[in-house]
Amino acid sequence: MSLNGWLQISLFIALILLLAKPMGSYLTSVFDVDSKTRRRTWLDPVLGPIERLLYRLTGVDREHEMRWTEYAFAMFAFSAVTLVLTYGVERLQGFLPWNTQHLPGVASDTALNTAISFTTNTNWQSYVPETTMSYLTQMLGLATHNFWSAAVGLALAVAFVRGIARRESKTLGNFWVDLTRGTLWILVPISVVFALALVSQGVVQNLRPYDHAKLVEPQTLTTTGADGKSVSTTVTTQTIAQGPVASQEAIKMLGTNGGGFFNANSAHPFENPTPLTNFLQMLSIFLIPAGLTVMLGKMVGSPKHGWAVLAAMTILWFVATFACYWAESQANPLMHNVDQRASLTMAGGNMEGKEVRFGIANSALFAAVTTDASCGAVNSMHDSFTPLGGMVPMVNILLGEIVFGGVGAGLYGMLVFVVVAVFIAGLMVGRTPEYLGKKIEAYDVQMAMLYLLIFPLLILGFAAVAVMMPTNGVSVLANKGPHGLSEVLYAYASATGNNGSAFAGSNWNTHWYNYSLGFAMFFGRFMMIVPMLAIAGNLAGKKIVPESAGTFPVTTPLFTVLLVSVIVIVGALTFFPVISLGPILEHLLLHAGHMF
Amino acid sequence: MSTASELKGRKSLFDGAIVRRAGVDALRKLSPQLMMKNPVMFVVEVGSVLTSVLLIADTMRGVGHFRFDLQITLWLWFTVLFANFAEAMAEGRGKAQADALRLAKSETTAYRLNKAGVVEEVPSSDLRVDDKVKVVAGQMIPGDGEIIDGVASVDESAITGESAPVIREAGGDRSAVTGGTRVLSDAITIRITSNPGETFLDRMIALVEGAERQKTPNEIALNILLAGLTIIFLLAVVTLQPFAMYSGAPQTIFVLISLLVCLIPTTIGGLLSAIGIAGMDRLVQHNVLATSGRAVEAAGDVNTLLLDKTGTITIGNRQAAEFLAAPGVSGEQLADAAQLSSLSDETPEGRSIVVLAKQLYSLRGRELAKLNAEFIPFSAQTRMSGIEVEGRSIRKGAVDAIGRYLEEHGVKMPNEVRDAVETVARSGGTPLVVAENGRALGVIHLKDVVKGGMRERFEQLRAMGIRTVMITGDNPLTAAAIAREAGVDDFLAEAKPKDKMDLIKREQAEGKLVAMTGDGTNDAPALAQADVGVAMNSGTQAAKEAGNMVDLDSNPTKLIEIVAIGKQLLMTRGALTTFSISNDIAKYFAIIPAMFAGVFPVLNALNVMHLHNAESAVLSAIIFNALIIVALIPLALRGVKYRPMSAAALLQRNLLVYGLGGVIVPFVGIKLIDMLIVAVGLA
Repeated sequence: MSLNGWLQISLFIALILLLAKPMGSYLTSVFDVDSKTRRRTWLDPVLGPIERLLYRLTGVDREHEMRWTEYAFAMFAFSAVTLVLTYGVERLQGFLPWNTQHLPGVASDTALNTAISFTTNTNWQSYVPETTMSYLTQMLGLATHNFWSAAVGLALAVAFVRGIARRESKTLGNFWVDLTRGTLWILVPISVVFALALVSQGVVQNLRPYDHAKLVEPQTLTTTGADGKSVSTTVTTQTIAQGPVASQEAIKMLGTNGGGFFNANSAHPFENPTPLTNFLQMLSIFLIPAGLTVMLGKMVGSPKHGWAVLAAMTILWFVATFACYWAESQANPLMHNVDQRASLTMAGGNMEGKEVRFGIANSALFAAVTTDASCGAVNSMHDSFTPLGGMVPMVNILLGEIVFGGVGAGLYGMLVFVVVAVFIAGLMVGRTPEYLGKKIEAYDVQMAMLYLLIFPLLILGFAAVAVMMPTNGVSVLANKGPHGLSEVLYAYASATGNNGSAFAGSNWNTHWYNYSLGFAMFFGRFMMIVPMLAIAGNLAGKKIVPESAGTFPVTTPLFTVLLVSVIVIVGALTFFPVISLGPILEHLLLHAGHMF
Repeated sequence: MSTASELKGRKSLFDGAIVRRAGVDALRKLSPQLMMKNPVMFVVEVGSVLTSVLLIADTMRGVGHFRFDLQITLWLWFTVLFANFAEAMAEGRGKAQADALRLAKSETTAYRLNKAGVVEEVPSSDLRVDDKVKVVAGQMIPGDGEIIDGVASVDESAITGESAPVIREAGGDRSAVTGGTRVLSDAITIRITSNPGETFLDRMIALVEGAERQKTPNEIALNILLAGLTIIFLLAVVTLQPFAMYSGAPQTIFVLISLLVCLIPTTIGGLLSAIGIAGMDRLVQHNVLATSGRAVEAAGDVNTLLLDKTGTITIGNRQAAEFLAAPGVSGEQLADAAQLSSLSDETPEGRSIVVLAKQLYSLRGRELAKLNAEFIPFSAQTRMSGIEVEGRSIRKGAVDAIGRYLEEHGVKMPNEVRDAVETVARSGGTPLVVAENGRALGVIHLKDVVKGGMRERFEQLRAMGIRTVMITGDNPLTAAAIAREAGVDDFLAEAKPKDKMDLIKREQAEGKLVAMTGDGTNDAPALAQADVGVAMNSGTQAAKEAGNMVDLDSNPTKLIEIVAIGKQLLMTRGALTTFSISNDIAKYFAIIPAMFAGVFPVLNALNVMHLHNAESAVLSAIIFNALIIVALIPLALRGVKYRPMSAAALLQRNLLVYGLGGVIVPFVGIKLIDMLIVAVGLA
């Protein structure tokens, strides 16, 4: 670890904390349904007419308020329809324009997996984009989902916050209005500005066919053919993929989607060319999630509560970043007599799978940030991290991606944990547990437990089945032993948590993994949304008990500590056994001289 | 009667008879039908059955590690038994009390008046609602009822434990009598108000026995949390076997079930119902009967306490504090007139005037009979009392009543007297104006005396976040002064029953929970509306029916204790839940390395407690898990210590003790058990 590294990390978090307040105020203005109290934003003159036009075209009544069931149904219907559309575009891309490379339709299992993946804000990619998806598919099928799935997440988080804030109300707002406003006021404008900034740094934005370059030094490649004989080929040209990258890159980060235009994702120089773009990309992941905590505080009338939640997130972020940076800075214990110290000319530590232009600090920070949030974009290969370094992104995902978290999803996931924490500890103050004046009762606990249960059920269930299948499950893994276990675990965690990053190296593009991971992504998103919205709907209907000295405090540092403890303990208790057989065992064995 | 001391006396926690009975009940409770109600312990029981069957099968086939597997199986059964024992212990205390109460319920002969008014002898079990019975001195009252004729002193010690007899009389708010109590003097006629099996005593027996115990809302919610955690851990353990097989280190069923039982929240799961029963029991110890556990929980949640001024905040009666003479009248003159008018006034106020006159001016009491005086008693119409003696016509009463009396004599109330009245009222006192022969002599200052220690108690309540509202019929001025002196947060002056009701509804509309006490029939609607309505046992039947608690001691101040008991109940649940979950961390560090270090010795790095070997590690964890239930039975039955303080302070304290403590204690405990079982050669 170096001072320079820590300075950059400090600058990052300082900017996030500084931006949280203006972002939160802006979010509050955008999502305030009460036209009397709603503050106008400077984009209203431009976007207001567009919004009204959209409602007129689609027949949306903006005054119509939805119960949680209707809200959930609208959300699900929207997601289902757009999922099918994307699947159709993928399958039919061979007949559609903007297919400069004449790519055929995408295979059905891959297409379904991808359609689910982008609809659920996961952006797990079992395919190589530049050889699988046409420009039209990328733009119409995938980039649209980058906006929509993020807007859906935002809408859901806002609905949950309204559930807490409202008093004896049956409704949570209007999904279509929240979706529209989130897209128009938040995602689109920031993405436009961000995309231009990326272009200025060298991110490509075109619809040209791929470039071909002559290699200065032809390469000879030896491969083993189907008949078992070695075949040598000489490569003289290189294909350089092009495309409308910047426009997709901006929303990929801002919407915590993470699906790369290229296979190498944000490690690719056309996606993330400079340390500055790297810094901006990390900022854009946390920008909205940080703002949402401030919005929470403002909407529920307890700004301090928002800050307490943000503080809990910041603590967890710091621990993850520190652990990852520390682990990746360690010398490889198997390389004896090699100077692995960091110096002006050498990064030191573990540089495998990392880009030289980012170095260890920015790779570790990126890994922590992308998995704290459910982004899943990567600028380095997590699979190549040291066992403990790689454990950090894995643990981040297993905690539920609530540390800042995905756009919207992070906040509502965190709030479910708040409900659980308040319930467990709330009894200890000698009252029925209350969260901001709302009594937490059997129904709320039931739904919260359901939410917490679905997550490990999908991850552990699928991973256990996968490791029991020698052919479909285990043989495709790139590594054996504990590292192989980590790869499987990471894959299902990433899918269920809608992260999308991977311990790469394995071939996930098989029937079993495409379908099972698709299933995990789908249910990891929608099955968790239902109990979450049920809590919101139930909370909205409750009375608010006025605050007194007997009220459970949710604004104090003690609450922050409690929240962090509950998150860590629930996560640790659920996943400690399997983690101990994965990264922990791998780490211990590495130091005993074994590699996998 | 023996029941009195039985009920009142606080038995030691581990009374021999109760422990023996609980031991037997613990075995009886192994019935799966009963266990199913507790998902956490049911899982342990299923695990125990599974390992037992496997143990037998393995032994017959001659495989397995008999010594280790047997110990695991035994400790699993102990875990279930210990939890059952805890519940049986809590129930046992109630059962002992119920047995004592049943003695009071023995069949008696009732003297029923038939329609013709003729007395007929019938067994008390034949009495029905609206039957009329006669009870004379020395007889047991045959059923719950209301006195319709007569007055009697009644020994209610059978239900209250209080040996001093109480007066019960027809009409008014002291007309209710309870079956099983005994008339000591005089004779009364009673209208029966409840059928056999539904009497107060029956309800009381059912309550302390826990026969009708239903899970309270909080308990249900907590059970869901525990069931959810159990499923999550079941998932973690079931999927661990495939991961272990993949890693080449498959586990035995014994070890896997041990891990599962250690992880699921058995500590709180095993003690949860005991905590609930013990909470009700603590109320009974305070001579309060709650009709449901829900009411006890609600008591913990109370935001607003409505307290009647008289008898709760102030000692029942006002006392004369000073004489304020009108201009041209000496203090002695005023005192003399005041004393004369009060000589035959047997009310506490009247007597205090005589006492004050004696203290200040050495005016001795005079024999009324010798004076040939005519006493004018207080009437609701004149609202004055007085005396006609030796040509002196003395009247005393409220300022407006005396004002009218003076006007009849064509005299106006002097301004000085009016000012004095104002001053007294402002200071929280009650002014009584004394007039003689149409001339105002001055004002007697009657003072409300606030009970000692009330101010401190209200401060404690405030620290707990509970607002106290004083209810009084006094005028706002007087009410404000007393409220200030007593330190209550708010007051409702000139309160009529409807005002009380409106206040409750208003508070509830704001989301607050309200507690109140009451005894009169006109309190009944408010008692029913309040979230916690404590009826005084001395009160009317209507009041007792309307409330959800009855205080056998008829002590309105007890509301404060009831709130504390409710809070303690909830806190105990929360504390043990937190403790239970925190315990799991140490158990992981005991069992996980034990499971896998055989195949991967490097994993011994996780064996931070340096447990002796794999078998001793698993055994110590499971033994700790079982013993901690027994160790915490006293805490579950007594409840965690509760001191009034703010929620933030309570949370900090309890998180430290039960959260952090819960993390640390098992590390120490498991290590000690490990050392012990290795020393005695069990592993």
